[in-house]
Amino acid sequence: MSDSKAIFLKDAAVNAADGDQRAFIRKALGGYYVNRDLQKARYRDWERARDAASLAKWSAVNDLAAVLEQFVANFERNGGVVHWARDAAEARDIILKIAADNQAKAIVKSKCMTSEEIHLNDALEKAGYGVVESDLGEFIQQLRGEAPYHFVFPCMHVKREAISELFTKHLGTAPTDSPEELTMIARRHLRQLYVDADIGITGANFLVAETGQISITENEGNARLTAALPRIHVALSGIEKVVRHLDDLSVLLPMLATAGAGQPMTCYNTLYSGPRKEGECDGPEQFHLVLLDNSRTRLLADPEQRDALHCIRCGACLNVCPIFKNIGGLAYGTTYQGPIGSVITPHLRGLKQWNHLSGASSLCGACTDACPVRIDLHHHLLHNRRNAAKEAPTLFDRVFHHGFNFVIKRPWLFAAGGRIFRATLPLLQKLPLPYMGAWMKTRDLPEAPARSFRDQWKNPDA
Amino acid sequence: MPDARSDIFARIREALKVKAPRPHLKGEPVAGKTSAAAKPWLPDGGESAEASLAILAEQLAKLKAMLIRVPDHASAAKAVAELAAAKNWKKVAYHGHPLLRPVAAALPCEAWEADASFEKQRLEGCDAGLTTCESIVAQLGAILVSSASSGGRALSILPHAHVVVAEAAQVVPDLGSALALAKARHGDQMPSMLSFITGPSRTGDIERILVLGAHGPKELYLVLVG
Amino acid sequence: MRVSLFVPCFVDQLTPQVGLATAKVLKRLGHEVEFRPAQTCCGQPSFNSGQWDVAREAAVRALGVFRGAEVVVGPSGSCVAMMRQFYPELLKGTPHAAEADDLAARTFEFSEFLVKKLGVTDVGAKFAKKVTYHDGCHALRELRLKEEPRRLLRAVKGLELIETEEGETCCGFGGLFSAKFPMISTAMAQVKGGALARTGADYVVSSDPSCLLQIGGWLSREGKPILPLHIAEVLAADA
Repeated sequence: MSDSKAIFLKDAAVNAADGDQRAFIRKALGGYYVNRDLQKARYRDWERARDAASLAKWSAVNDLAAVLEQFVANFERNGGVVHWARDAAEARDIILKIAADNQAKAIVKSKCMTSEEIHLNDALEKAGYGVVESDLGEFIQQLRGEAPYHFVFPCMHVKREAISELFTKHLGTAPTDSPEELTMIARRHLRQLYVDADIGITGANFLVAETGQISITENEGNARLTAALPRIHVALSGIEKVVRHLDDLSVLLPMLATAGAGQPMTCYNTLYSGPRKEGECDGPEQFHLVLLDNSRTRLLADPEQRDALHCIRCGACLNVCPIFKNIGGLAYGTTYQGPIGSVITPHLRGLKQWNHLSGASSLCGACTDACPVRIDLHHHLLHNRRNAAKEAPTLFDRVFHHGFNFVIKRPWLFAAGGRIFRATLPLLQKLPLPYMGAWMKTRDLPEAPARSFRDQWKNPDA
Repeated sequence: MPDARSDIFARIREALKVKAPRPHLKGEPVAGKTSAAAKPWLPDGGESAEASLAILAEQLAKLKAMLIRVPDHASAAKAVAELAAAKNWKKVAYHGHPLLRPVAAALPCEAWEADASFEKQRLEGCDAGLTTCESIVAQLGAILVSSASSGGRALSILPHAHVVVAEAAQVVPDLGSALALAKARHGDQMPSMLSFITGPSRTGDIERILVLGAHGPKELYLVLVG
Repeated sequence: MRVSLFVPCFVDQLTPQVGLATAKVLKRLGHEVEFRPAQTCCGQPSFNSGQWDVAREAAVRALGVFRGAEVVVGPSGSCVAMMRQFYPELLKGTPHAAEADDLAARTFEFSEFLVKKLGVTDVGAKFAKKVTYHDGCHALRELRLKEEPRRLLRAVKGLELIETEEGETCCGFGGLFSAKFPMISTAMAQVKGGALARTGADYVVSSDPSCLLQIGGWLSREGKPILPLHIAEVLAADA
């Protein structure tokens, strides 16, 4: 068993047994479902809109080299500087060099999952920079010293009492149980930090090839401030975030907000096309964009699962996933939690270590239905399972399934085996058998009938 | 060792040698015309100016943004002055635009033309930012500001309240129209920032409970002339 | 019509009454019903475990078993989805691809067959109980069946249909998932089973016997006063 699997099994079991925490997560998502459905109802045809969104991403991803080249040419024409990173280490080094070259001291960040992926904060802090996360949820997680629980709602698992205690401890503020007051504490604390920061680091939701703009989606305004006040703006993005045309955003921006947060649009959807231009009164002097591969091209090379690169990181698949809701986001041990994380992490970090996430699914398909860009999520979990069985077969599985197959190939053996199984079921239930033992811990089996269907069909009157 | 850029492009080209089947979707990707193709499926933005204004009013109300409709520019100045008085604003920063200068002049408090110089600390001390906008999207209740139309990047985000003065004719039905308009207006000289503002700043990060004014303005006013 | 029954292996062995009820309803509607005893398991456990080579053998066997059948009807959304959605994927690019597509087109889930293929909603059943319906995920999302079973249940005399919270939430069965990740599966059963129990219904009805195994198993262990029942058993009831 891989280490990551052992940790997963332990954490998942602990969280799945925590009824209070699970109820808290379900309650927190309750309002989202209501708002999402209200917003979806405003679409005249949500399903066709999903087709359009999916096609926009499909068309860019499947012509990635050309679209990316066009984007970069336009981005550079706008005065931005592009950096290329094959992996996390290269991306960290590029950003550290930008900071060093500019004698930066303080860095403010807005929410960027790609920076979690490359463990950027650690690297910056080790190099002596002050780094502060400005998104409220990320700020809270940074103070807690914990990874985001959900890549859109980073601290949705933390109760207000805990946040109040955290703020008292770190910021010296008076305890309060008001989310409003807690939000204002963070607002007041962070304001001066934006003003004082030398570098603002953001992510990017879309890279628009036609215009060379990057698009950033947010609600709080922290990304706006991060890209407005510091003298240097560094954006970090995966190479798959491109779209061909500005017009594609007319579908993608509203659907991202509706699917992910139950909003018509998020509060701020901002397009940046360079540093401060001549005649503009503010904005950064430099605009850097770090384009990261970090195994995305491995996923690209798999035509069956290439559509996973359509992901716009809305989080809709997490919000509907019964696994996510019952084990929580931290148990995954991944940057990207939930169904999309279970699909892509084996590609990004290795199938052998991470295939267990594909197994930890009932394949209910709620994620696939929720995805605004129609990624075939739950079927890709099946594809990962198949690939893992081929690449890293386990002896137990091979013996179990070949044995099972040996029986079902022979109807007489199946019937005879069934007869023995039914006759000995009361005994079997008491034995620590694989699978059966795990089932019996929490659930009963129906009483075994004396005669199978096939017996009764053959001799109805016996 | 080849540089990272060439390496990544080589990997991409290699990966794309195997074509992915087109997904089982209705329709075709239409170059640059996604919004035209998707229009019948997306939320309605209104087929007439009147219909669009009605949708806009409804959306803004749901977003907790305040819509103030006035017949002419003089009334706009008066409305903003009343707002400043009611909210007890001490300092208002404004974008130096011909439409806004008379509004600023009528304010009952200190008014500062913020795009003359970049003074973050001073701007942070302002109660409100007063800007124009590029366009307004009825479909979503979104206001498109830019570094050109709104006195740079900070004025519409740093002060605690944001007041937008616009003409009713700036209302467009949907997001596709607003993007097309921005492209037509700026061509390949886009302002360095274009931002769709959809209601006052908000967060739900604490227990998914909605709080307004997370980092950006807590209050958003749209004064619509005509 | 001559209907060939597709009886899931665990129905055959553990809940034979479901297969019998399916046949009874079809016969009552005037159809000829056959059961081909060469059938065993459709191969879904191996398929879902990534053992596609093993599952492929089971699929090819099933093609042979049902060769020539006019229609194949199974009282399980999950097993029917295996045959209809996943056999073609599994056998794509093999000499069996065309036959897999052909079998898929002739295979129906029981409630789907009645409502969509036969156009029947009232099968003449009588069942004076309060029931709530559980959508199995395969029926709901692979086969896109939601209204079909409800239309059948609403036409049953005396039956009161109550909808539940967490209506489209998975029960947590997921085949071997329920035993490989029992803690997650049980947490899911708690959510689903709890909601079902709160409806106050006498029975939780589903077109998926595997979900009923999971839900029923949890309800029984927790001592909840609501019983699992397959839709075929409800539709077969006439007293």
